[in-house]
Amino acid sequence: MTVPPLASLLQEPDLISALYIVAFVLLILGLRGVTHPTTARRGNVIAAVGMAVAVIATLLTEEVGDYGLIALGIALGTVIGVPAARQVKMTAMPQMVALFNGVGGGAVALISYVEYRDALEAGANPELEKLIPILLAAIIGSVSFWGSNVAFGKLQELLPGKPISLPGQQFLNAAFLLVALGAAVAIAAGEESEGLFLLILLAAAVLGNMVVLPIGGADMPVVISLLNALTGVSAAAAGVALDNVALIVGGIIVGASGSILTNLMANAMNRSIPSIVAGGFGGVATSAGGGDDDGEAPPVHSTDAQSVAIALSYADKVVVAPGYGLAVAQAQHTVRELADELEKRDTEVSYAIHPVAGRMPGHMNVLLAEADVPYEALKEMDEINPEFEHTNVTLVIGANDVTNPAARDVTDSPIYGMPILDVDKSEKVIVFKRSMSTGFAGIANPLFHNENTELLFGDAKASVADVLAEVKEL
Amino acid sequence: MDLLTELTILALAAFVGFEVISRVPNTLHTPLMSATNAIHGIVLLGGILIIADSAGALNKVLLVVAIAFGTINVVGGFLVTNRMLEMFKGRPDPQAAKGEAEAKPADAAK
Repeated sequence: MTVPPLASLLQEPDLISALYIVAFVLLILGLRGVTHPTTARRGNVIAAVGMAVAVIATLLTEEVGDYGLIALGIALGTVIGVPAARQVKMTAMPQMVALFNGVGGGAVALISYVEYRDALEAGANPELEKLIPILLAAIIGSVSFWGSNVAFGKLQELLPGKPISLPGQQFLNAAFLLVALGAAVAIAAGEESEGLFLLILLAAAVLGNMVVLPIGGADMPVVISLLNALTGVSAAAAGVALDNVALIVGGIIVGASGSILTNLMANAMNRSIPSIVAGGFGGVATSAGGGDDDGEAPPVHSTDAQSVAIALSYADKVVVAPGYGLAVAQAQHTVRELADELEKRDTEVSYAIHPVAGRMPGHMNVLLAEADVPYEALKEMDEINPEFEHTNVTLVIGANDVTNPAARDVTDSPIYGMPILDVDKSEKVIVFKRSMSTGFAGIANPLFHNENTELLFGDAKASVADVLAEVKEL
Repeated sequence: MDLLTELTILALAAFVGFEVISRVPNTLHTPLMSATNAIHGIVLLGGILIIADSAGALNKVLLVVAIAFGTINVVGGFLVTNRMLEMFKGRPDPQAAKGEAEAKPADAAK
């Protein structure tokens, strides 16, 4: 046997399998790296290298051709993806992840559709062991694409953040799911029809829209994570259909890790995944807990920067409870300056981080890290909650739903049961608020009407800067 | 590859996915979601694999779009994750942070 020329050696199936194995090892090591703070950054790079190896191995596969078109697709994706990822503001990160997730789902749906068209072109339905995964990939990919787009629209505030629901929503959702599944079963039973396949994609698209539209903004992180897991599963299904191990492994690792992550997030909010998916904050409760009782609510106490500064100057222990509003106002740097100023006066300052503060779990940590807040000052909810009783002043900045005591006390509140920061237990609570509006979830917050709560109205950044100036004058 | 082998790989890889994520601090939930999100962009390989054998302009166009989508998912996902994680490193030491804090509020006070 002669030594094969380089070109055919590179196309050797064993070589490609070996490269895939290298890619899997890198992807898994990389992901594991991302689960630890010290190795996270390197882990992400390792996973990216793993992905590059998988792409190169696939390009070497014998049946691959049309390199021009492949290059076109990759170039288009790079030209769109790189600036999007570079320029997105940290506050807009959740919707960016939703969008990236959506295009992944869209790719799965498109590939499954073309795969089916190719089979029909060749004369018949593919054999069942390919057909079933193709159908699954089509349904899940389409749901994920449209669901993610709606999630993006809601977070970007192109669509209202509050739950939108139609009468008979559950029934309609079930109907669309049945249409998609029915058409899939018909094809699996031997029907050869591109029209039916399009019907599957369409019904799944409507379903994706309908399932996510009624979900309130506060639940959105869980939904994005769930859609992320779904896209992973659909990619794995496409892998079975195309006989490609890389797709199977890559897809299902995301499917599995994504479902665990979804569960962790849902637990952090004390919400069950089925109840989130079943529609908003459970329909009726939303209006009951919403703005209806505004008329009877006791008055709020508003305050000014000087009084806040005086209260802070007497405090030994101050806790900052930041929320998305802080991030939107870009107040994190000013808050850190205020904290530094107070610490110079021997006041202990810590930050109470609710697991879903911001719009994604861990989002607030990212934003505060951006402002150089020391890692040790960030306290997770379970750690900080017992400390509120000994806290003199709590500054609630741009946070609302995660401090709402109704979640603890009002059994018919839509957010009842969600763990919250017990800010109301501290001696004094100062809420920095733009106006008296409700939070992202659209639920009234009794905290604002408490005896020990004072409200400082205005832009979070400007207000914090005023307080900081007053503190320096004292 | 036969279906049974594929399903075996599928099941084993799922366990790997479960194991890898079992203990994660809250801080890293967002970056981790973003990194796994980038990984399912691997579906772009599907587009690469079938584009040559798919006949017809419509199929080719759809697959170029699919490859572009997958690339956005992969490239954008990893870059965004990197940007998030960048913020966790290189924190200046407390002394430096204090000095900076003293310098800035001077003009904020006016």
